[in-house]
Amino acid sequence: MIKFSKHQLKVPKLMRPVYMVTGGQSKFDRAIPDKRTEELCIDALTMAAGLINMSPAELKSYIHTAYYGHFADHFGDQLLGEAVIHDRLGLDPLGTIGIKTGGATGGSTPWEAVKAVASGYSDCTLAMGWERMDEVPTDEGNFLISCAADKDWESPLGHIYTGYYAVMAQRYWQIFGKAEDSFRETLAEISVKHHGYARMNPFAHSPKKITVADVIKSPVVAYPLRALDCCLMSVGAACAIICDEKTAIELTKNSSHKPVRIWVSAASHTLRPADRRDMDIPLLPNETPDQYKDLGKRFPGGDRYPGFTGFLAARMAVWYGYRMTGVIDPNEDLDLLELHDAFTISDVQTYEDIGVRPYGEGRDYVESGDCYHMNPKTGEPGKLPSNISGGLIGCMHAVGATGIMQTFEVASHIWNRWAEIHGDEKRWKEFAREKPADWTDLQVKGAKRGMAISHAGVGSHVTATILMDPDNLLKENA
Amino acid sequence: MSMFGQVYVKDNKYRIKGDFHHLTPNVPIRNADEGWKLMGVTNPRDMTYIHSYGGEAQFFEALGEGKLLGTRCDNPDCEFKGTVYQPFRIHCADCLGKNTVFDMTKLAKTTATVHTFMVCERAGAFNTLDKPIKFVNIEFEGVDTILMSYLSVGDPEIGMKLLPIFQTKNPTCTILDLSWVPAGTKAEELPEGFTF
Repeated sequence: MIKFSKHQLKVPKLMRPVYMVTGGQSKFDRAIPDKRTEELCIDALTMAAGLINMSPAELKSYIHTAYYGHFADHFGDQLLGEAVIHDRLGLDPLGTIGIKTGGATGGSTPWEAVKAVASGYSDCTLAMGWERMDEVPTDEGNFLISCAADKDWESPLGHIYTGYYAVMAQRYWQIFGKAEDSFRETLAEISVKHHGYARMNPFAHSPKKITVADVIKSPVVAYPLRALDCCLMSVGAACAIICDEKTAIELTKNSSHKPVRIWVSAASHTLRPADRRDMDIPLLPNETPDQYKDLGKRFPGGDRYPGFTGFLAARMAVWYGYRMTGVIDPNEDLDLLELHDAFTISDVQTYEDIGVRPYGEGRDYVESGDCYHMNPKTGEPGKLPSNISGGLIGCMHAVGATGIMQTFEVASHIWNRWAEIHGDEKRWKEFAREKPADWTDLQVKGAKRGMAISHAGVGSHVTATILMDPDNLLKENA
Repeated sequence: MSMFGQVYVKDNKYRIKGDFHHLTPNVPIRNADEGWKLMGVTNPRDMTYIHSYGGEAQFFEALGEGKLLGTRCDNPDCEFKGTVYQPFRIHCADCLGKNTVFDMTKLAKTTATVHTFMVCERAGAFNTLDKPIKFVNIEFEGVDTILMSYLSVGDPEIGMKLLPIFQTKNPTCTILDLSWVPAGTKAEELPEGFTF
């Protein structure tokens, strides 16, 4: 039984406002043989400087400490890779630290950078993440990823991380999806959507025009998950510059966008799903104590929480994050999301953990069309579009960079610069990618607030990064 | 001639014998599209690690003897005294007191039920199980956690009653020495080396 003390449920508070000023990213791909990791990181930082009309050297002169996220030393085959990148970025002798929380590394890295600014230690920080997943072939990569499971108890079972998710998928599919073909189609729709949005993103690793039938016919990896239900294994880097208010204003004086406020909250849950113990559902501000009393009646077997069907860490990350920032109902208070769609099923599970839909009803977020940029059912803008970048399924999963990429994508909408960043012909050419003839501007019109969820294997770490236009906050003194 | 790395413990120190790494030469990686210019190099590495099971060693030893050990918090001062763990957990997650080890083989034989499962068509490098791998997550009566393991006979379904089987002949001393079969499976249907 997990029970929280009142100390553990303290709502986090930043000691001063923190801003994301700019960000950048490299091209993402399965392999990038012609570039070293440091070149990708320099691409990301150079882009970040360019977006605020500064040279990289000018921007660097503001950085006081640096936070580096890369998940796996053994993927890049370089221990202390952070020190290598820090040196190559020419940031010695500034203080720096490496951050590792598996798939959530890209969310945890800005978590540290934000706290450094909020505490007053630094006025300007660099959060940079990357992953080098092309140094081994896919089977060996799957082995390395499986090392993030419990090495004595679970990794030897196939050395395939997808399998550790698939058991959760199976349970969710049978209990909440009622093993319906229509639910399977809804999962497939997520993959179609994310590969489709990736077509409009020049950075994206896997743009594809596919159908629900293509997903359902794709090879089984770990039933019920098929190849097109799964995220990518990518190479690339992304960064964000995080500052206090005074520095943020100074850095954006020649920029077409104003800085956005940023908060990051985090939570965890056992790496070994086998150790999950039952508990009461921690309620979000848009839920009521009675709401889940009949969950087991409506979905027989669904009353064991978190069981294998919920991600407690995702629930707790937003439990802290929403209270910290004044979010009551994400459907009303946020304009867009970037979710950690490691698998189509975990995307649905997360809709429930973060309160976009109540537990048991996640599929409705897709089936209603609310998750789309343009709702296909109504022809109107989606109520709360998600993963316009293409997410981990369509854009990339260069693990240490992923959470930062998601945050940058949300910021690009709030800055109203999505079309400029993603539609630039020069960028498509530079990445040797063809801009589609039907390229569409996916800017979420009038976006003022958004959230990115970063998630480590089987929900062991989750961060919630909330961004808001500083003139559209929900809570004073947040 | 090379020899597999072997280790034993004497005076609480590792004593090692044999080769713990094997040399394979690097080879250059060249670009076929640009006159075979140099792009990088392979870095082969074959190395043996030395890993301690620590306080869990008795669990892995017991599997080869046909026993499933669990643990239970018996600390009278623990708010959650009585929590039963499978996977075997050395210390209570709540009070951090040392758990009591107990033999739960009989409990497993009478109450093991599939909580969830999956059938895995692919595996990562170094996998030694036959594909498709049938993962099963198992509930036991009175146990607070849900063990992950694999099914060796038949096809899994939620709610299915299971029996544990153990690799008692030439055990690997890993978690793979424990597997499961549907209740009613006959001894002659078990995989080589496994017994009830």
